Amino acid sequence: MKNLLLVFVTMFITQSVLSQSHSLPAVTLKDLDGKDVNTATLSNDGKPMLICFWATWCSPCKKELNTYADYYEEWQKETGVKIYAVTIDDQRTVNSVKPYVNSVSWEYEILSDVNKTFSQAMGVNSPPHTFLLNGKGEIVWQHVGYTPGDEEEVHEQLLKLAH
Amino acid sequence: MRIQSARLVIAGLMLFSSLYTHSQEQQSQAEAKGQLHGNVQVLFQNYNPDETIGAQVPDAKAAMNSFGNFTYTYGHITAGVRFESYQSAILGFPNRFKGSGIGSRYIRYNMDNLDITVGNFYEQFGNGLCFRSYWEPNLGIDNAMDGVRIIFKPTKGVSIKGVYGQQRYDFDSRIINGDGIVRGVDGEFSMNEFIKPWEEKPLKVTLGGSFVSKYQAGETFERDTTVFAMPQNVVASAGRLGVTYKNFQLTGEYVYKFADPNADNGFIFKKGEGIFLNATYSTKGFGINAGAKYVDNMAYRSDRDALLFDVPINYLPAITRQHTYNLAATLYPYATVLNGEVGISGELFYTFKKESLLGGKYGTYVSLNVAAVNGLDTSHVGGRSELIDGYRVNSYGFGNTKYVRDVNLEIRKKISKEWSFNLVHYYFEFNTRVIPVTQTYKGIVYTHIDVLDVQYKFKPKHSVRMELQSLVTEQDKGNWATGLVEYSFSPHWSIAVMDQYNYGNDNERLKVHYLYGNIGYSKGASRIMIGYGKRRAGIFCIGGVCRAVPASNGIEINITSSF
Repeated sequence: MKNLLLVFVTMFITQSVLSQSHSLPAVTLKDLDGKDVNTATLSNDGKPMLICFWATWCSPCKKELNTYADYYEEWQKETGVKIYAVTIDDQRTVNSVKPYVNSVSWEYEILSDVNKTFSQAMGVNSPPHTFLLNGKGEIVWQHVGYTPGDEEEVHEQLLKLAH
Repeated sequence: MRIQSARLVIAGLMLFSSLYTHSQEQQSQAEAKGQLHGNVQVLFQNYNPDETIGAQVPDAKAAMNSFGNFTYTYGHITAGVRFESYQSAILGFPNRFKGSGIGSRYIRYNMDNLDITVGNFYEQFGNGLCFRSYWEPNLGIDNAMDGVRIIFKPTKGVSIKGVYGQQRYDFDSRIINGDGIVRGVDGEFSMNEFIKPWEEKPLKVTLGGSFVSKYQAGETFERDTTVFAMPQNVVASAGRLGVTYKNFQLTGEYVYKFADPNADNGFIFKKGEGIFLNATYSTKGFGINAGAKYVDNMAYRSDRDALLFDVPINYLPAITRQHTYNLAATLYPYATVLNGEVGISGELFYTFKKESLLGGKYGTYVSLNVAAVNGLDTSHVGGRSELIDGYRVNSYGFGNTKYVRDVNLEIRKKISKEWSFNLVHYYFEFNTRVIPVTQTYKGIVYTHIDVLDVQYKFKPKHSVRMELQSLVTEQDKGNWATGLVEYSFSPHWSIAVMDQYNYGNDNERLKVHYLYGNIGYSKGASRIMIGYGKRRAGIFCIGGVCRAVPASNGIEINITSSF
């Protein structure tokens, strides 16, 4: 067993040297109308993207996305950013997603990861977890948790990418 | 078994390396970049004796759970492995989890319309009523399949999934699978994607169907001198429909299960049935959601003798809302009664517009949620039939036994750039005979819970949050109060102190303060949290699944990181 572990670890370390950047794994999610969306195809015409994992039962997640909503228009004008809000609500709460999102008027692209396939492939431990992708679709920055003021850092990172 | 899994990993590695070399030659420069993703979690807890709160102290006086996931993608191939370690398991997790080793391993080939996974995988058919395998590390739940999954999309709008394998049951330095074999197929058809001219139509229709069968070697069961032979193969099948028309959305699923005598239902041969219906309407600033649910004898596991969290094949979500504030979430949380229940729920979300009378400068968000669940409307069948069929269901309506009532109202308001608050009121009627969340009271607990959560952001990156919670009840352990103060310095630091006080307990000795403090540091995708103090016993739920965690007193360290 130990040898096997060694093999795996060596393999991964060797391989990770090769990996210059991270992009998105291919997982099929649903949009709010129930249409399939392949995560590997998420793009924003060469402009940055934010992928935010959230759930209706996660207070800091809702705080984070409600705060971003206040700045979204401004951020879009400055950097052309597009936000994908990926909900990990499971079957118990997933039906609340659409009415909730509309009631708070989020303008994000909402995707549903009902069995957490995408969040696990992205290495998300628990929401909120935010990924910033550059125009090539490579993950360049990420942040876990949300405390008021984190939006300042997101903004700084976005500006860094845009200029 | 151990040799077998080692062989599987070696075979997988060989396959992976051969495909790696092959694809290296085949693929373009862009595709040839390897991607490594992963995450790590370490949870450590030490346990001090504390008689006042009934803290449990394991012999080792400390426990640690940890895991590391590594997923490597190269072109169309993905290989994943998870190391797990329980030294020994944190209290509240299954205490049979022990040792260190590989808890999951798989290889996946994914290209255009074909997706094949060999090894461990997670999957859900439709709403999960007849099949869902998933991993919830914070509850120690993992019913991963170990076998083969194929997803085939022959044309746009059509998706066919097939699964075949055993389910993970336990971990003892390696994966231990359950006895039974699960195989299933699911088809989903999206009319609007299939019929091109319909693509942009406002009416969108999706149809789906699942067929799942489990096999477990037969055995006999004796009751009242009669010997019953257990069915070796048990089928569950479901059909579902999803309709969206402009702002309306309707989803429904019906599941039927053939005779499945098992430990949950007391080894009766009755058929199982489940119905889930949901309708939503939403527009800018407003949303409503109505649900109805019927479950009769739908515990479905790949081992007929298993109970609780072990080897479930399907998933039956609770119809009540999943609450977040501590007193509402962890004292009387509702979980589906698998043997049977009928429930309805309604939910309303509304945002009063900015600059309106009730909206003020920033708008005001209000949400109202109600849910009611009762037992089934049943009658006794009597005589020998009762041994076989158990009971008779008279209608799809509510039976006489109240299981839960849950009404909650939330108001969220930003007053100024600095100040915002959240006000929540909950009212529960909770049957602790049916859902045994407490040992100290059997019957209906009537309780009102109030929460005030205030946030003061005094500098762009500095804020203080304060929570005041009150739970009032004449039953069980009586009244509780909770106070929390949290200071955050974005983006790295947070520090919090919480006190819970069971001031309404009839037993003077149990009127205890549970004082707990923690400090957290986040950087990028990593977070470390160190806490110290007394934690009360509670029920922790994710989705519809809950686990009891005993009271404890000590240090807790939680480290998470991903890359």
